[in-house]
Amino acid sequence: MRASLAAFLFWLSAAALAADAGEIKLVHGRAHLERGGERLALRVGMPVREADRVVTGADGTVGITFADNSLLSIGPNSDFAIERYVFDSTTHVGEFDSRLSKGSLAGVSGKIVKQSPEAMRVHTPSAIMGVRGTDFVVQVGDAKR
Amino acid sequence: MAVLAVAALIALALLTAKPVAPVETFVVLPSADGHTGAVVVERGEKRQLLNEPYAASRSTDGDIQHLSAAAVDRAYGRTLHSLPSRPASFLLYFITGTDELTDESRQELDKVLAALRARPLPDVLVIGHTDTMGDALANDQLSAQRAERVKGFLIGIGIPGERIRIAGRGERELLVPTADEVDEPRNRRVEINVR
Repeated sequence: MRASLAAFLFWLSAAALAADAGEIKLVHGRAHLERGGERLALRVGMPVREADRVVTGADGTVGITFADNSLLSIGPNSDFAIERYVFDSTTHVGEFDSRLSKGSLAGVSGKIVKQSPEAMRVHTPSAIMGVRGTDFVVQVGDAKR
Repeated sequence: MAVLAVAALIALALLTAKPVAPVETFVVLPSADGHTGAVVVERGEKRQLLNEPYAASRSTDGDIQHLSAAAVDRAYGRTLHSLPSRPASFLLYFITGTDELTDESRQELDKVLAALRARPLPDVLVIGHTDTMGDALANDQLSAQRAERVKGFLIGIGIPGERIRIAGRGERELLVPTADEVDEPRNRRVEINVR
């Protein structure tokens, strides 16, 4: 299949909808979004952008699909922020910087990483993880047993 | 005076005491297709490459650890199970010159619709194509008609129309390259991309 051209058209039209980084696909339990000092209730279908922060409670989990097909899920008791998200749907060139201050994060890398390995980075209080096309988990603090 | 000195010492101790840093763990997982990529963890001057399934870097251990799949599932199962569905792509084929599905694709359609129904709020792109029979302009129209037809099926299972984008590519993107005026069933298709 001519996946690349199809994908190009797909993301071109997706980009026309808004300059959003991605979309909330899944919300369970207590979780909210912080945007420009405002606290917003999370719901499926809500767009997420650069500088958004997702905070989850003890029973909260959130799943996000990004414009480049990167997938992320934020686990319980977590604090996660999208620091930078840039993606060119034509060239697939992009930069994706996020920060996990506490809690857990699972991810599947997308087109940004396929185009430029390590252009997707997860920052934690003491380290930076560069992703080279893979599935991963990051935990800051003790994991729930 | 002594009280002040003690207070000053306590204040100094509080200021210089380092909070205990949380343990940080990074784990590489095999992906759904079985392939394992890599991550690089940079902690100050130190750089660790994790490129084997379940290889883990912990801020409290110097060396790379190897976890079991069961341990990863115990610790991070809830988080992992909250990942959105992987983007997927499906093909349906048409009877020559029409926007009617072939018998085979009509059966396939049920499977495709079931897969789409399982997604909470799908984002869909439907792209129609033709073979090289007939003139290019008519094929542009036919490909758009095919995409429109499939969009109708998707709306029929409750996917909101504004979440479905369609395009007709005519005979520009042949799945099987052919000369002009060639009847090629595999080129008479609609692509459904969902995420």
